[in-house]
Amino acid sequence: MKRILASLAMTVAVFAQSGLAQAEGQLNIYNWGNYTSPDMIKKFEDAYKVKVTITDYDSNDTALAKVRQGGSGFDMVVPSQNYIPIWISEGLLLETDPGKMENFKNVAKEWTNPDFDPGRKYTVPWAMGIVGTVVNTDVYKGDINTWGIIFDTPAELKGKVNVVPEMTDVIDAAVLYNGGKKCTGDLTILKKVRDTLIKAKPDWVAMEYGTIEKMGSGDFAASSDWNGSAFRQRLKNPAIKFGYPKEGFVNWSDNLAVLKDAKNVENAKLFQNFMMDPQNAGMNSGFHRYANGIAGSDKYMPADMKGAPEIDIPAQFASVGVPSMTCPPDVQALYTKIWTELQK
Amino acid sequence: MTQPGANEAERSRDIRKRWLLSLPALLIVLAAATGPLLIVVLYSFLSPGPYGDVQWQPSMDGWIGVFLERDMFTETLSIADAHVSILIRSVMLSLVTTVVTLLFGFPTAYFIATRPERTRELWLLLITIPFWTNLLIRTFAVLQIIRNDGLINGVLMKLGLITRPIQMLFTDGAILTGMVYVYLPLMVLPVYANLEKLDFRLVEAAYDLYATPFRVLTRIIIPLAKPGLIAGSILVFIPALGAYVTPSILGGGKNLMLGNLIELQFGQGRNWPLGSALSITLMLIVTAALLFYVRNVGSQGSRHG
Repeated sequence: MKRILASLAMTVAVFAQSGLAQAEGQLNIYNWGNYTSPDMIKKFEDAYKVKVTITDYDSNDTALAKVRQGGSGFDMVVPSQNYIPIWISEGLLLETDPGKMENFKNVAKEWTNPDFDPGRKYTVPWAMGIVGTVVNTDVYKGDINTWGIIFDTPAELKGKVNVVPEMTDVIDAAVLYNGGKKCTGDLTILKKVRDTLIKAKPDWVAMEYGTIEKMGSGDFAASSDWNGSAFRQRLKNPAIKFGYPKEGFVNWSDNLAVLKDAKNVENAKLFQNFMMDPQNAGMNSGFHRYANGIAGSDKYMPADMKGAPEIDIPAQFASVGVPSMTCPPDVQALYTKIWTELQK
Repeated sequence: MTQPGANEAERSRDIRKRWLLSLPALLIVLAAATGPLLIVVLYSFLSPGPYGDVQWQPSMDGWIGVFLERDMFTETLSIADAHVSILIRSVMLSLVTTVVTLLFGFPTAYFIATRPERTRELWLLLITIPFWTNLLIRTFAVLQIIRNDGLINGVLMKLGLITRPIQMLFTDGAILTGMVYVYLPLMVLPVYANLEKLDFRLVEAAYDLYATPFRVLTRIIIPLAKPGLIAGSILVFIPALGAYVTPSILGGGKNLMLGNLIELQFGQGRNWPLGSALSITLMLIVTAALLFYVRNVGSQGSRHG
């Protein structure tokens, strides 16, 4: 889903300086950090003579807060599916109707009519994955397929665990760990959730997004994380493995949408259509290492993605996953309270 | 008797004219300085919106939240010890940062001030070099040095002094190191500006009167350099109190400082009124610190005047 060096390093990466001279248009994309294939962007720039500027964010809340203020200057954004209904109801997205675009035929059947965007009126699949654990198995040899890594940290990992501070991910994990259901408003469960989190926090070393780099360098020995991120860490250090928490984990997707106050609407629509081309989607997956929801894109992915343990969910865990969704506002408010209490 | 009266009338007219002429500029400065601040004050008395922002319903919850917290399950009110501990941590860290920069900054400034005039500029230039680089990059440079596979741990392990890396990153010590490094020039420059003007004949005179070097330092140099030392301390303490980047990168975002706590309210916390109230609280602390310093300078100045 996401990752960045530091939460406020909203780095503006300008790709393909060569495009500056002959650029006929512009496109400003606001996306999770380290999540966009530079080669794919170059291809889009060359094909449509558009200069693409990418700005990073590190959490759904950051992106939402910034765009809600208006005048952000961005054309496109890539929110997670549980935030998309908020973006739509807040009137922030432009109805571009990707369901009628030329390349829509390539979208995998299970992603053509998702609950968060019925009929694909606004969004195009970008990536989909799982929230689980990553563990450096040189440091810890035990079972990694449990949220216990984070919430009842084994002795070997104490003081070496990072938690990616995406609020919903962390609280969902604690809810599932305590036997609750996602979006539960059950106060006895939520009380346990709070106590679990507060009790676990002293064993954590940090709450940061930059896991790819810091797991690879050994600053963290374990973390809560997304599977594509785990994949990239394993490519750096084969001992780093992705754990599918047996207590339950959340399946999420991030989706590309056009902002209502976009200045470059036509280019943005072109880019939405471009992203549904299997070749381009495959190219992007080769970078961010997640599945992408575009049928036939696997042909264009690097060979090492086939059968990768982070992408192919083992059969015994397939049924444990629950879809990411928007919780009712009162539950969301309880989540926020727990989160604030934890962050203090 | 009439002569001074006429003069006075003329002078007061003159003063009024000057005031009127500078009025537009003053108004702009006033509006630019207080306008945003007033918005922050206003926001602190409103209710939080569901996805951040504020709702136009007056509420004291933001201010209550600064000092009190309501247990979300038992509904009991208690002192917001989390906020208090963050406040204490921030103030302590800023104080320690100020003291450490003072300990390093004063000798550095003294060294530069006592160089021959031609080479002083070179030394000053060297002090300002870190300013040429972005704060973020300087902070990441510190991170590279102290991280587990960083320079220090790497060298120590190569030398065989340690077998496993020492955890330095994500500790309070890491934050302190980063803050001292970042704020040191802010201490050196005002102290140097003061020492440069110091009449070293006074030092010579003290030696002629058989003062020990320690007495020269404590009775002559430090009292004369005091305005610079205090200016430097203010310049370090105040930004350190609101520091955001350094604690967040080197502290791992787990142990919050005031700046991070405020940022949290405007981001994932979705509680802008609380964030506004916390910002104003921080400002009040800074103002109090400034007043304290100003009064201190005043009394010291008269004693040594």
